[in-house]
Amino acid sequence: MIWENASVLLKVRGLAAKIGASNILKGIDLTVRAGEVHAIMGPNGSGKSTFAKVLSGHPSYEVTGGEVLFEGRNLFELAPEERARAGLFLGLQYPIEVPGVTNSAFLRLAYNTVQGARGKEELDPLEFDDLVREQMKLLDIDPSFLGRSLNAGFSGGEKKRNEILQMALLEPKLAVLDETDSCLDIDALRVVANGINKLHTPDNGMVLVTHYQRMLNYIVPDYVHVMEGGRIIRTGDRSLALELEARGYDWVGKEAA
Amino acid sequence: MSAVIQNLVNQPYKHGFVSDIESDVVPKGLSEDVIRLISAKKGEPEWLLEFRLKAYRHWLTMQEPTWPNVKYPKIDFQDISYFSAPKPKKLASMDEVDPELLRTFEKLGVPMHERKTLAGVAVDVIFDSVSVATTYKKKLAEVGVIFCSFSEAVKDHPELVKKYLGSVVPTGDNFYAALNSAVFTDGSFCYIPRGVRCPMDLSTYFRINTQESGQFERTLIIAEEGAYVSYLEGCTAPKFDTNQLHAAVVELIALDDAEIKYSTVQNWYAGDENGKGGIYNFVTKRGLCKGTNSKISWTQVETGSAITWKYPSCVLLGDNSAGEFYSVALTNHHQQADTGTKMIHIGRNTRSKIISKGISAGVSNNSYRGLVKIGARAEGARNFSQCDSMLIGDRCGANTFPYIQVNNNSAKVEHEASTSKIGEDQLFYFASRGIANEDAVSMIINGFVQDVFVQLPMEFAVEATKLLGLKLEGSVG
Repeated sequence: MIWENASVLLKVRGLAAKIGASNILKGIDLTVRAGEVHAIMGPNGSGKSTFAKVLSGHPSYEVTGGEVLFEGRNLFELAPEERARAGLFLGLQYPIEVPGVTNSAFLRLAYNTVQGARGKEELDPLEFDDLVREQMKLLDIDPSFLGRSLNAGFSGGEKKRNEILQMALLEPKLAVLDETDSCLDIDALRVVANGINKLHTPDNGMVLVTHYQRMLNYIVPDYVHVMEGGRIIRTGDRSLALELEARGYDWVGKEAA
Repeated sequence: MSAVIQNLVNQPYKHGFVSDIESDVVPKGLSEDVIRLISAKKGEPEWLLEFRLKAYRHWLTMQEPTWPNVKYPKIDFQDISYFSAPKPKKLASMDEVDPELLRTFEKLGVPMHERKTLAGVAVDVIFDSVSVATTYKKKLAEVGVIFCSFSEAVKDHPELVKKYLGSVVPTGDNFYAALNSAVFTDGSFCYIPRGVRCPMDLSTYFRINTQESGQFERTLIIAEEGAYVSYLEGCTAPKFDTNQLHAAVVELIALDDAEIKYSTVQNWYAGDENGKGGIYNFVTKRGLCKGTNSKISWTQVETGSAITWKYPSCVLLGDNSAGEFYSVALTNHHQQADTGTKMIHIGRNTRSKIISKGISAGVSNNSYRGLVKIGARAEGARNFSQCDSMLIGDRCGANTFPYIQVNNNSAKVEHEASTSKIGEDQLFYFASRGIANEDAVSMIINGFVQDVFVQLPMEFAVEATKLLGLKLEGSVG
């Protein structure tokens, strides 16, 4: 939802980044205000996932230019864990499997760390159990999730639901969801999309990185950006996504050139 | 990033001090004369001297094993002193113990004074090669439990020692067991009579203090019919630039319906971060489930030593007997470990379980080596093995060498293995949820070793968790 005078959550200006010797991002500009949903689309290798990871501070990428302000603070002065505590959330395309660490222990440590950093109350295991079960009910997640090892042996869909559960618990200001819709069948997609919609408020922003417009049937974006070659080459509204679905990406690049 | 992981795994060794204690050291070198001298110093009976000489003569014909997946320069066995004892040696009570020695154990956190002893743990302390003090002796004697130094056992209970010494690990079993049998100086002895459940955990702390002495201790534990004992062993050593040899032999015997639970936290000095110094830990540990329904369970947390070569094993002779092996082996810097177990199924319906967790960091190398052997007579034998490896960083190694020999069609043998890595992606995942690297590593490691740590007695589990933390956490902040 676009609101007049909504506060700016994220301001990206001329962002450039590389991994190893290859330049991936070549000057990205993007502004996200509270309450807005942005979709970033584009073909494989256009830099969408890199953009998401650079925002969260993945150590494999090196920022070579530009600036990013998160609620007015220079994001690059914060370590990855500090960005998370400040309210930036990354939903991973490929959530990591960690055998031996139970989901509930991981969720509680993440929750309490973030709560503590925000000066809020930390919860003991019993209190946390109540909270997490409530959230899981909301997101239609099976309670057996809690006792299992973090993402270990989870199906693709279960991993993505687990990401959304983490988002629900950490209550981010800005959530960047990297291909959260991949690996989901139609039913799972609806469940995950409903979860995201429930978590979206006028106070937070969402950036959905996706290949396909099908998730945008459930989560209506305010802006649709097309990325190619490490730049945003076109910005439109929801109708752009539908046009991309019908015509592919090629024409956008040609028009932009 | 690799600098982060580097910092996480760099922790100084806490137990690296040397105690300034006057020692009675036999000159370096090994010969029949040296063995006679050791035996005479200890006032041993003739049969024990014969045991030693037989082992020595056998040892002379043997070669050092070269099959372990470890590398080290050839050991000069004539450059080692085979006996080192703190003076004075004969102690009537704890008050006569050299105060410097007591301070040493205080630094180590060893509960030697009875009043300071953790409730329910009796402690025997082996300093260099000699047993210094055994606590709770009286209380244990009331229920018939014998818990004393090996030397005392030779004097006071020669019939038991004679009957069981070498019955599980024969003098010529392997190169280091033969060497130990020839020169061992002391150790612990424990006897649980029929039907007695030992009222407290028994504990031994081993300490190597002298630079040029080897430590060769001998542990013998006998659980009579229906007896139960839980035995804990801890080890530390000072820092030296040279390598010290530790070649121990542990023998366990469980008769009908008896159970022995043997737990080790091994933190010998591992050498510095460049691989200089450290203990060569070449140890033979074996338990014999002699009786029906007997059970022997090994739990080990191996974090120290420059080189570890150790396979606590179970010979499942009695029908329905059970063997267990739970292991966490952590290597860092230039440490090398080749460790695992042997489960030898001889009796019917024998069962064994192996849970091994290897953690490698730095440029270390960590190998699991295990044998599961099902004999022809072992109808209905079952084994389950799980061997998991975790790599921290990308310069270390992990290997698994499982050997399985099945000679009975009714046997069931299962083997599972996995390898995982704490790298950039795991740490980033935790960081993206607000969790700092140090907490992430600690959580991942604790989760990884959980299946083994639940087997440790409470105090030991706490100690072992702290130890892993010390070895792996650090100056990230």
